[in-house]
Amino acid sequence: MSALEAGAELAPQEFVVRRDDLVAYAGASGDHNPIHQDESIAHLVGLPGVIAHGMYTMALAARAVAVWTDDAEVVDLGCKFTAPVVVPAEGGATVRIAGTVKSVADGCATLALDVTCAGEKVLGAPKAVVRLG
Amino acid sequence: MPIDASLVGREFPPTAPFLVTEAEVASFAAATGSGSRRVPATFPVVVTFRALLEFLEAERVELARIVHGDQKFSYERPVVVGDELTATLTVTGVRQIEGTDILRTTSAITDADGALVCTAGATIVHRGEA
Repeated sequence: MSALEAGAELAPQEFVVRRDDLVAYAGASGDHNPIHQDESIAHLVGLPGVIAHGMYTMALAARAVAVWTDDAEVVDLGCKFTAPVVVPAEGGATVRIAGTVKSVADGCATLALDVTCAGEKVLGAPKAVVRLG
Repeated sequence: MPIDASLVGREFPPTAPFLVTEAEVASFAAATGSGSRRVPATFPVVVTFRALLEFLEAERVELARIVHGDQKFSYERPVVVGDELTATLTVTGVRQIEGTDILRTTSAITDADGALVCTAGATIVHRGEA
């Protein structure tokens, strides 16, 4: 694991998102929006296909942060959802999460993340602040 | 139907208390692949989404026509098993751009004592019918 010092690069992590994952996430989160399950409804409302819940992608970002920080307490976590993660019926979409330690101050580290799918940024300005043990 | 701009500033009724159980946390962790010993950082969506659903129902907005614009969680303390969480959603902004409504909300997540645990800010994008 990289030390959490300002400027440190955090080892990228990859996660494959499949339709089954979205079904499980819908059940666990209560978000049964059909755009995350049903291709025809997704198309009807102008989406390119079934998309992952933005909050699912954000949960993956939180998971990456937990790995990088040895499960540190998260004080702040935020992002914009700038592009959808389109999840095909067969196989899956690969989300890649990289990060950098932006700053360390007052017992907290601020991590800037870079979250992409097929080379395109899917989260805007994803950021986490964690408390250092 | 556009979202009513006069909603700005309105606080919606708090959601019913949600007991954070081991089983709920395990289910959420399994669904997101979390191996953390902690309650996952995005777990409060379980209560903020309920607040959103109640808002959508009250305003007759169809769930399939919304997507998430942004999300932020600012914690006062970590969520722990045994917490009884309630979300109170306030509309902080509504604007329309070419038939799309952009709704800003903030949800205060409080525990059984009424103490603030986490503030969740969210932008919801409502795509109107073409």
